[in-house]
Amino acid sequence: MVEFNDIHKRFDNNDVLTGINLSIQKGRTTAILGPNGSGKTTLIKILLGMNHANKGEIFVDESNIKNNWSYRKYIDYLPQIANFPGNIKVKEIIAMIKDLRSQPTRDEELIEYFELTPYLNIKLSHLSGGYKQKVNLVLSLMFNSPFIILDEPTSGLDPVSLIKLKDLLKKEQANGKTILITSHIMSFVEEISDHISFILDGKVYFDGSIEELKSTTEETNFEYAIANLLKNHHA
Amino acid sequence: MLKILKYSFFDLVRSRWSYVYFLFYLLLSSVLLFLNNNISNAIITLLNVVIVLVPLIGTIFGVMYYYDSQEFTQLLLAQPIKRKSIFMGQFLGVATSLSLSVLLGLGIPFALYGLFQSNVIFDFLILIVVAVFLSFIFSALAFNIALSNTNKIKGFGYAILLWLFLAVIYDGAFLIALIYFQEYPLDKFTLIATLFNPIDLSRILILLKLDISALLGYTGAIFKDFFGTLFGSLVSFGVLVIWVVLPLWRMVRQAKRKDF
Amino acid sequence: MKFSLFIFCFISALNYAYAQNRTIEVCAKDCEFSSVQKAIDQAQSGDSIFIQKGIYKEHNIFINKKSLHLYGEEGSVIDSKHKGYGFKVEATDFSITDLTIKNIEVSYTSDYAAIYLFRCFDFKLKNITLRNAFFGFLIEKSRNGLVLQNDISGTGDSEASSGNAIHLWDSEEIEVRDNHVYNMRDGIYIEFGSNNIFENNDSHDNMRYGLHFMFSNDNRYSNNIFRNNSAGVAVMFSKRIVMNNNVFKKNWGTASYGLLLKEINDAEIYNNTFEDNTVGITADGSTRITYRENDFINNGYAVIFIGGSYENNFMKNNFLYNNFDLSYSGGLNDNSFDNNFWSDYTGYDLDKDGYGDVPYRPVKLFSYLVNNTPESIILLRSLFIDIINFSEKVTPIFTPENLTDQNPLMRKVQW
Repeated sequence: MVEFNDIHKRFDNNDVLTGINLSIQKGRTTAILGPNGSGKTTLIKILLGMNHANKGEIFVDESNIKNNWSYRKYIDYLPQIANFPGNIKVKEIIAMIKDLRSQPTRDEELIEYFELTPYLNIKLSHLSGGYKQKVNLVLSLMFNSPFIILDEPTSGLDPVSLIKLKDLLKKEQANGKTILITSHIMSFVEEISDHISFILDGKVYFDGSIEELKSTTEETNFEYAIANLLKNHHA
Repeated sequence: MLKILKYSFFDLVRSRWSYVYFLFYLLLSSVLLFLNNNISNAIITLLNVVIVLVPLIGTIFGVMYYYDSQEFTQLLLAQPIKRKSIFMGQFLGVATSLSLSVLLGLGIPFALYGLFQSNVIFDFLILIVVAVFLSFIFSALAFNIALSNTNKIKGFGYAILLWLFLAVIYDGAFLIALIYFQEYPLDKFTLIATLFNPIDLSRILILLKLDISALLGYTGAIFKDFFGTLFGSLVSFGVLVIWVVLPLWRMVRQAKRKDF
Repeated sequence: MKFSLFIFCFISALNYAYAQNRTIEVCAKDCEFSSVQKAIDQAQSGDSIFIQKGIYKEHNIFINKKSLHLYGEEGSVIDSKHKGYGFKVEATDFSITDLTIKNIEVSYTSDYAAIYLFRCFDFKLKNITLRNAFFGFLIEKSRNGLVLQNDISGTGDSEASSGNAIHLWDSEEIEVRDNHVYNMRDGIYIEFGSNNIFENNDSHDNMRYGLHFMFSNDNRYSNNIFRNNSAGVAVMFSKRIVMNNNVFKKNWGTASYGLLLKEINDAEIYNNTFEDNTVGITADGSTRITYRENDFINNGYAVIFIGGSYENNFMKNNFLYNNFDLSYSGGLNDNSFDNNFWSDYTGYDLDKDGYGDVPYRPVKLFSYLVNNTPESIILLRSLFIDIINFSEKVTPIFTPENLTDQNPLMRKVQW
């Protein structure tokens, strides 16, 4: 579904990505992992066209995304840090995004699901981090697109909401959607994803299923397996 | 783009600053008209204010709006919308709301005063046209500066510097050149130097329309010969249009290349 | 008996004289005359000629050395049909009143006038209306006349095809009062004349000057209004002219001014109003002139000095809202400014004596720059210019050091 071919990216003098080759398969859930600053978010932004790769190509459904923006209609994207204009109400921002995209939505269902109804008339600047993230989730998931990209979806969520999110994602998987996530919560990743891509030093250091990861690293625990990857690398 | 224009526009129209800006012009032109009783003088005083203030407010407002709405921009960037649409929409939102403040602020008192029956209406129209052009030009320049500078302080600094350059320093250099080369024929030079600065061009366009142009003497006659012709008007408005289009073109290019 | 004879002789002489001073009537029909010229030819000195209502198509009507009194009524019109003069007069003690004369021939070689006076003394021209005049009244080598309440207008086409409304040449002691002159070349023109008085005239929309002096000393003009002329008044090569209580208004245009003084000595200019002119006064080579209690309002320049002007004194004038109060080239040349009111003055009066404590500098840096580099006028109303004007005001570097009003008034002069 998505092919990354030799993606390079540098910011000023900092080489972030130095040749990423990766493919994301349709109908599966892929987690992109890596230490802080490894370029996970950058890679996602490049996929979405928000950042520009210095070198390399990306194909979505076999068409090059360069100078093309319409493929993004079929992507739901949850940005990492939910920065909203402060002086707008929750209701208004949802209406606005709906208006801007003019695609069918399921916002009411999601608002109810995340229990946001009492907060619809509150200004975004008055919301707590967790509720902002919930609004963020509603905004990104309401278009019901076949491809979902979630950048740190768990940040700020309390355990109840986290479980709700997991349930929701599992439902989406059952519906055959393709999901791409990044997260630092390893249990969440382990529970949700079929496929792991580990990025280190700007390259894909490991790419395979959780089982393959465990057997390569000879660890039974997923979290340790990841840590093992890092340790071996530095050794 | 129209939808983004709509949101930016209404966002700005609701903001306090638009009202302050609108009320300022309303008050200024009411006072000038109803206390002065001389429309030509009122227009000259307004000219003085417009050519200084419209660029200044346009620049500051443009930069401020860009930095203030970065979150909104981020949100929009995540949506399947063309970047060009996002930034053009925001720019047009700023420029039209500023223009509207000037237009209504100056227009309402003039209309109440009964301007539309008098023949000063053309002088007034050119003042409005120039004010609108200056709003567009300087918001476009402001967006350019803001897009190229992630650092807010730097962005504001460059914006003020740009305004200072076009409103003051340029004329200083112009004057020095005139004095230094006074033995040479300077007609063409003055004409061209004026065309290169939108503030100077606007000033001259209005001055030539008013009685005061008689003060410009021989030099004024040359300008009148040029701007008075169809060709001259086309050139001057062409130049103003270029002053809008060129920064916009760069803005769009810059926006396309930028990483967010 | 001797006595009664004397009485008889006296009465018959009186009778004879009375019979001599008769009134001849001219009208289209049923009168003694239907032609003004024929009536004049038949009349004798001392006679009056009443021209009745009607249009008389005559030109070059000649009054030759007869003291006649021509008068008309409402609707008495002489139509010259664009042929030559209206009247030509060489006479003493005569008058023409209450008449309309129109359609005087335009010529590039002869100065055709509605009424041409040559060597006339003790005359009166009153309440005459001239329409489509080339020249209006052309008065040469004449003395002691009255020109009163006339209304003179031309076609106002171009300067070359127009003459002057009231033109005095080599004439003395003429009073020109209450006339209304417009759409001519010069409203009033005077050359080689002295002791003339011009009062209460309204001169407007003329293609050259409202009033024009050449080589004429010892004249006075007062209470006139000069508005909307190409230029208001030009006083050239003349001495001892008194100019007071006139209004110079809206003489607006690239080369226009309210009052031009060229090579003028010993003039007095007081209680005049200069309003909305491109330039209030242009003084070129003018010496020993007193400017007192004049108002300069809303002019481009209030006063411009060109060339060597010496010993001019400005006192108690009001300079109100002019773009430039003064443009000045050369040194101070004993000219002085004292006790004037300047609307641009921003000083203070701590001791409350009515005079500002800081001297006022009437020459702005910008007017100094424009003087040296005329092209720099193109920066008029630029913010940069406001800034340098301000800094020059605070610390003068370029503008003439001594050119100041040491005692600027804090309040407007009332006069």
